Amino acid sequence: MTLSTDIAPGLDTDALLDDRGIRIVVCCGSGGVGKTTTAAALGVRAAERGRKVVVLTIDPARRLAQSMGIDQLDNIPRRVEDIDGAGSGELHAMMLDMKRTFDETVEAHTDAERAGAILENPFYQSLSAGFAGTQEYMAMEKLGQLRARDEWDLIIVDTPPSRSALDFLDAPKRLGSFLDGKFIRLLIAPAKIGGRAGMKFLNVGMSMMTGTLGKLLGGQFLRDVQTFVTAMDSMFGGFRTRADATYKLLQAPGTAFLVVATPERDALREAAYFVERLAAEEMPLAGLVLNRVHGSGAARLSAERALAAAENLDDVGMADQPAGNAGLGEPVDAPATTSPETPASPLSPEPHGRTPHTSRPQDRATRTPEPHDVPEPHTPSAPPVPPTADGDDVPPCDAVSVEQLAAGLLRLHAERMQVVAREQRTRDGFTALHPEVPVAEVAALPGDVHDLSGLRAIGERLAAGAAQAGAA
Amino acid sequence: MSRFQVVSGKGGTGKTTVAAALALALATEGRRTLLVEVEGRQGIAQLFESEALPYEERRIAVAPGGGEVHALAIDAERALLDYLQMFYKLGSAGRALRKLGAIDFATTIAPGVRDVLLTGKACEAVRRKDKQGRFVYDHVIMDAPPTGRITRFLNVNDEVAGLARIGPIHNQAQAVMRVLKSPETAVHLVTLLEEMPVQETADGITELRAAGLPVGRIVVNMVRPHLLDEDALRSASGGRRKELAKVLTRAGVTGSAGLVRPLVEQAAEHAQRVGLEREQRAVLAGLGLPTAELPLMGEGMTLAALYELASEFRKQGVGDETADIAGQGPGASGRRGSGGGGTGRRGTGHGGSGQEVGS
Repeated sequence: MTLSTDIAPGLDTDALLDDRGIRIVVCCGSGGVGKTTTAAALGVRAAERGRKVVVLTIDPARRLAQSMGIDQLDNIPRRVEDIDGAGSGELHAMMLDMKRTFDETVEAHTDAERAGAILENPFYQSLSAGFAGTQEYMAMEKLGQLRARDEWDLIIVDTPPSRSALDFLDAPKRLGSFLDGKFIRLLIAPAKIGGRAGMKFLNVGMSMMTGTLGKLLGGQFLRDVQTFVTAMDSMFGGFRTRADATYKLLQAPGTAFLVVATPERDALREAAYFVERLAAEEMPLAGLVLNRVHGSGAARLSAERALAAAENLDDVGMADQPAGNAGLGEPVDAPATTSPETPASPLSPEPHGRTPHTSRPQDRATRTPEPHDVPEPHTPSAPPVPPTADGDDVPPCDAVSVEQLAAGLLRLHAERMQVVAREQRTRDGFTALHPEVPVAEVAALPGDVHDLSGLRAIGERLAAGAAQAGAA
Repeated sequence: MSRFQVVSGKGGTGKTTVAAALALALATEGRRTLLVEVEGRQGIAQLFESEALPYEERRIAVAPGGGEVHALAIDAERALLDYLQMFYKLGSAGRALRKLGAIDFATTIAPGVRDVLLTGKACEAVRRKDKQGRFVYDHVIMDAPPTGRITRFLNVNDEVAGLARIGPIHNQAQAVMRVLKSPETAVHLVTLLEEMPVQETADGITELRAAGLPVGRIVVNMVRPHLLDEDALRSASGGRRKELAKVLTRAGVTGSAGLVRPLVEQAAEHAQRVGLEREQRAVLAGLGLPTAELPLMGEGMTLAALYELASEFRKQGVGDETADIAGQGPGASGRRGSGGGGTGRRGTGHGGSGQEVGS
């Protein structure tokens, strides 16, 4: 299943998880690449290799929480059952609740009366309920808290689904410096000095600025901010200090970053940015996890040869039929050229009948409800045919000739090889930029992950991916 | 067809590509569209293989039939400065504001203000008219934030109402909401035939509807061809491997004996995927929205592939004013002859959504 022909070193995730010196693993990458699943799978694997692990997820899909046997993840780490912990290993999982984390941070750093005033402030409520930056900031805050508790010997962190992967590094600083910054000081100055009397101490630019913002946002808004900031005053130093401490924690040798991507152009472009950024910040990169990589056990048969062979079979087996088959996976504008009355072919047309594959009647052996020109929802059918071992118990279906079947297998293979080639090109582009980054490839699973064994399977693929990516 | 088309979707579903293809599709027959992005990722420029987009509208592509696609990367900071300039004639004071961190505050920290500025700019383009009183753009297409954030992003009114209760930002939010909640707007959600994106799409629709925002279509992206069905596969898993090897050899495949097993295994994976996709299609059908489908571009996304996707949209009636009545969109119609009873295995119906049992 290997795709590698290049020199990228393999990323040995097991060695990483077994390294007791590593206390924090951060999974980052753009949206939709499987960060959270990767974090969960690493958690399961690390726990089953004897470590006491907590996985901090940010916004897990319900299914993922369920896959760890926890229906509703919340802000408190919950132990995941059925982990085969090799003695001392344990897995805990939690989901970041950013509002609660923010509230707790406020409560922990000021007296009850002030905390109450802050928590009721409208500006605070919007701030903590989540706009750009809060989630990232609170993820880092929670990471700092978990690390300080020292109850786990490995913390695996998923990162928020940001606009770009880099937000997660920038937002805490941005928010921290805002809350502790010049602008805030300015805003609260009049309030502190005593209302409008204080304004004369400010220069014209400053008063104009607060005036403009007041006009723009409405006076109440600024008063809310001022009240908030005044109440938070005692905590400001703390915010900056904490943001800085967490930042340092991320730079420490006990931390390892895993950049997660899929072999798609956009995901790998983000991954490359992230690799560069981590280097600039002197943050320790362990490597790249490349999810959903396709391979083929029949890779020596090229797409072109497979298609040519399939055409030969069309000519032989269905001489009475138009033998149209254009490139697979490449939609061709012409609709299906044959009517449904043409003889049966095992080849389902594409969902839209886009490729001029020969169609087949609806009342014969093949019954996939594929519309010819209208995409249409399917009815779920019986479970898919299991991977074939030696299933001689299934009687052959004579409605499909061997030629037709072989042609179908060949076309399917050609499509797969096209995907493999595209993924390889995309990956080569990344490797050319960053040949030093170790890579672990995770072979694509045909289905979704629903349970611990699914996460285990991914963990195994991750571990195996090192050998594959490294073999060259 | 609504004049303001917002395209969202889970990360990784290709919403930028879909937005761009939609902008091209809607620009046919001499129409003019504006494609906007709001997240500063320069995804449009990459897709159209052009230089990074500045904060100004420029023509980025010509559509078949003479239409034009224009593009704009909206920058919240610039939008705010423009806005201040327009209303307050700030001049160089804008720079002073920036230096003090006020602009940064307003565009990145102050809740909702950034979103008001971004959606406000797009809505301005939607409503803009030329001297003859005609709309400058027939359609504005927004490459919007992902599904998880789209409702909050568009529902700027709620976001800002609690904070800026009066003032221009408040008024701006009100004006924006009038456009967003009108039939002028349609929010499309891009998904893949996979469980997590489909679930997120369903959740996103619920949220959008609860907020009173108009949901448009579901766009199923990267649909892969179904090349072999399960019956054929069962037959392959039967005792026909030797025959298969012979046939392959006859077709010119060398060393076919060793290839049969991996080929059949690939087919089994394919069948499993087809089964899963079918389940997800049923979930999508249950959402009761018009659907469009775009194929996976096997060679990856190129400019040529983008034009193919646009033509695919048009074939499915997207952008065709007459065909675009709710429920009449592609995929929404349930016509299809039934064919044969099918095996009992398939004959098990499924909820109200399965109108295609065993056809």
